[in-house]
This record gives sequence, C-alpha cells and structure tokens, in this order.
Amino acid sequence: MTWLALAGALVALTAVPLWVGSIYYVNIASQILIAAIFALGINVLVGYAGLVTLGHAGLFGIAAYAAARIMNNGHDHVAVAAGAIALTLAAAAVFAVLALRGTGLGFVMITVALGQIVWGIAYRWISITNGDNGISIKGRPSPLGLSLASPAAFYWATLVVFLVAVASMALFVASPFHVWMIRFLAFLFSAFWSGVAGVLYLYYNQFVSPHVVALTASAEALLMVIAGGTATLLGPIAGAALVVIIKNVVSAHIERWNFMLGAIFVVIVVFMPEGLVPGTIRLTRWLRGAP
Amino acid sequence: MNLWFVLAINSITLGGLLFLLSAGFSLIFGLMKIPNLTHGSFFMLGAYLATSLLARGFDFWTAAVAAGLLVAALGGIVERLILRRLPGAELAQVLVTLGLSFMIADACLMVWTGDPIQVATPGALRGATSVGWLAFPTYRLAIAVIAVVFAAGLWALLDRTRLGAMIRAGVDDPEMARVTGIRVSRLFTIVFCLGAWLAGFAGVIGGPILSVYPGLDQEMLPLALVVVILGGSGSLLGSLVGSFIVGFLYNFGQAMFPELAYVVLFLPMLIVLVVRPQGLFGRPAL
Repeated sequence: MTWLALAGALVALTAVPLWVGSIYYVNIASQILIAAIFALGINVLVGYAGLVTLGHAGLFGIAAYAAARIMNNGHDHVAVAAGAIALTLAAAAVFAVLALRGTGLGFVMITVALGQIVWGIAYRWISITNGDNGISIKGRPSPLGLSLASPAAFYWATLVVFLVAVASMALFVASPFHVWMIRFLAFLFSAFWSGVAGVLYLYYNQFVSPHVVALTASAEALLMVIAGGTATLLGPIAGAALVVIIKNVVSAHIERWNFMLGAIFVVIVVFMPEGLVPGTIRLTRWLRGAP
Repeated sequence: MNLWFVLAINSITLGGLLFLLSAGFSLIFGLMKIPNLTHGSFFMLGAYLATSLLARGFDFWTAAVAAGLLVAALGGIVERLILRRLPGAELAQVLVTLGLSFMIADACLMVWTGDPIQVATPGALRGATSVGWLAFPTYRLAIAVIAVVFAAGLWALLDRTRLGAMIRAGVDDPEMARVTGIRVSRLFTIVFCLGAWLAGFAGVIGGPILSVYPGLDQEMLPLALVVVILGGSGSLLGSLVGSFIVGFLYNFGQAMFPELAYVVLFLPMLIVLVVRPQGLFGRPAL
C-alpha cells in the first residue's frame, strides 16, 4: 500500500506541469519544492536533533550569494554548484562549532546572532554583495546541456533534487552516531540542503538581495517546519506548500504578509503546538465535543 | 571637535540606551527564561507612540513615561494572555514572541507609514555643555546620566527591596521561591511589564538621536542579544558592562571598518561564547 501511494505521489508530482494548467502554477510548484528542500534541511536540526535554528537563512543566503558571484565570474554550472555548496558547508562548520556551545535557548540566540552577521555582511559589505541592490545573474545555467529556462524544465530539475533530498533524509535519520557528532553532522547536513535550496533559489529568481538573509526569512522557514509538524518527513513539505501558497495568495490581495506570518505563528504555537495536520484533527474532535 | 572624542561620546550614549533596553531583556530572561524577541519591537513601539503623543502637544518627558506605560500595558497583556499559556515551553515562547514582533512591526508600518520620523531634542537639553575644556552635547550627556541613574535604581530595587529579594529568589530557584510563599506568577508579570517599560522608554529617549523608522526593532534586538550574551543573562552588572562594550564596538567599528561593522560587533560575542559561554558576569549553568 505504502509503495503504491508513493508511486502514485511520484507520478502526480512528475506530471504537475502537465495538469496544473498555467505557467503561474508551475512556478508556484517550483517555489514550493525549493522551500520544501530548505524546510527539510531545517527539520534535520529542529525535528531530529532538537536544535531550533533562527539563522538558517544565513546559510541559504551564503549559497545563493556565492553561486551568483561564481556564476558572474564566468564559471560553468559545476563550479557554481560545487563552489557554493563548499562555501556554505565551510560557513556551517564554523556556525556549528560556535552554536553547539549552547543548548536550548543558548543555541537559538547564537543562531540569531550568526544569521544577523550574515545579514550585516550582505547589506553592508558592498564590494562583495552589492549591498541593498543585490546581485543578478544572466539567465539560468544548463547543467548537462539541458536548458532550465522554461518553467517546466526548471520544475523537473528541482523535483529531482527534491527527491534526492527526501531520500537522503530517510537515510540520515536511520543512522546512529555519537551525540555531539550527530549534532555537528546534523548541522552540516542541514546546511548542505539549505545551501542546495539557496542555489536553486538563485537559479529560479536569477537575483539575490539581503532580504533573503533577513531574520524574517529564517523565521518563515522555521514556520514551515513547525506548521507542518516537526520530526516527520511529510510535515516540512506540507508546511512549505502551505506557507508558499498562503504567501502567494495573500500577497496578491493584501500587502500585510508579515502581519499574517506573525499571526499564523502565534495561533499555531498557542493552539496547535504539534503542527497543523494533527492539530486540526484534535481541534475538530474537540469542537464536536468528543472526549 | 576631535573625531575620536565624538565617537566616544556617541558610544557612551548608545551604551546608555542599550543598557535600558537590555536590562529588561536580561531580567526577563534570567527570571522567566523567556527570550523575549519582542523586546526590539517594544523599543520601536515606544518611540512611535511618543511621536504621536508629542504631535498632540505633550512635553517630551511626559510622552516618554506615558509611551513606556502603554508599552508596559501591552507587555502585561502579552504575558498574561499568551506567554502564561506556555510555561516552560521555551521554543514556543521564542516563536510566539517572534511572531508578535512581526505583527507589531507591520502594525507600526500601517499606522506610522514607512517614512522615518524625527524626534526633536527637548528644549532644555539642546546645545552643548562645557566641562573643563571639553564641550559635550548636552542631550547625549543626559542619556548617559539617565542610564547611570536607572542602573543605580535597578540595583537598589533588586538588592535593597523586598520585591528585589523575591525577584532574586525567583531567578535562583523558582520552585523553592514558590514553596516559601512568593507569588512567582505575579512576579513574572511585574518583571515583564518593567522590562517592557524600560524598552519603550529607551526607544523614546533614543528618538532624538536615532529617529524612528521601520526596521529599528530588528536593528536593536540583535544588539540587546549581544549585550546579554556578552554580559551574562540575569546580571545587571553584566548588562551595564556589556552595553558599553557594544556601544563602543558599534560606533568605532562603523567608523573604522564601515563595511564590516557587524562582524566587529559580533566577534567579541563569539569569543566570549567559546571561552566563557555563561557570559562575563553570568553564572555557569547548573
């Protein structure tokens, strides 16, 4: 049954560009996949290692900025991806050693501070990051000669990366390690997928700016994980879909996305701390007056 | 005037403001173990509320105290209605206070628009004061004096009064404090309101120097975090020393390495974390 459901989901996902109808929705699907990869990466820390991070947009942003710089220096896509991920992992190793000095709240506060350093650099170190104006790239790369320019092609490429991410999560969760080591490795593993998401984000938008590494971005990603339910494979993916869809729908109608984000945060934490899916079931039962 | 002299004065002023902001943060964190990420929002909200009060003809100090009280009232509501429901759930508290900070920031943007608002320096404190052969900007001097007075006042409150003794007992051992008949839950509300008031008040008196603009909250919060990590949470002396360290690092860092000001600011914090994780004046975790 499980295998059948998985196969069905896989077929449905692969066929998305064929059945959703318009390019707009294909693009939203791509955004969801990128957000889901990022959320899965954060969930490695939040859900499995019990370490809540509010600095991961920093790692996401390092990857996006590094990729943009390397690409604009005229290197090919292999150098771009490898260089961006290597730099992200190097930064993550430093982050991890520092942040793992603290546990619980200490860890959260250190990740906030580290995230803000990255933001400060993105915003102020203008010779490297072009400051507030951000960096643009000239079009998406063509790995293995396949063009990613069309929305469907980009979606499929992202889907492949996404599936690899999901598979790697399942493997990682099943492997036993020493406690500090697992935390350190979990941090790197989490950073790796955050970096991958960062590179994909750059390819998708062909632009990166300090807004990507703001505290709001870290919080939004954390919301995806918490909203869907932590420590599950499906939770962060559902959360990512939810946040991206709400963000696109809401921002089409009102400007106040940040207010909504904050309000959703508060409501979920106060009323459904276990995540939306289990929380909704519990609430409907309670409303019906069942014991 | 000499550049270094000006920088030093600015550093002391910022240090004074940061002390008012972080003393409350540190107390809340020390007593309630709540990392109050709305603290930067309280600072900004206080400043915005004061601009509206000033526009209605209130004088500066009345506006500062009143804006602080409004922020303290909001803090009390947040503590009673929301944080109270999440005892001991640190992660939930982080997320809720973060969510609230987004809501406050966006609400401020709605009410006061995105344009920066200048706050006029109170009349009596304009110009400069000469001490010997040095001329100090009077208002900046006043902020330093206010910070020192508040530091002394808070110290006296914590060290010399019954309320202070109860707060210290609550910081050291909440269960034991509760057993001896201290109403820790009421203490929580008092400390949270006090911290919110200090933050709101600091926002107002910082107004003439920093002005008020969207994003002020996100600028001040990390500074308060650095102060508390440097100084050690729950320690008044730690907040005081940490605030002035950060004040100097921020101003001198910005003047000497404008592109790396943030790195200069956070580097000492990272060193402290590695060498002495509990902060300069904090006690090691049990």
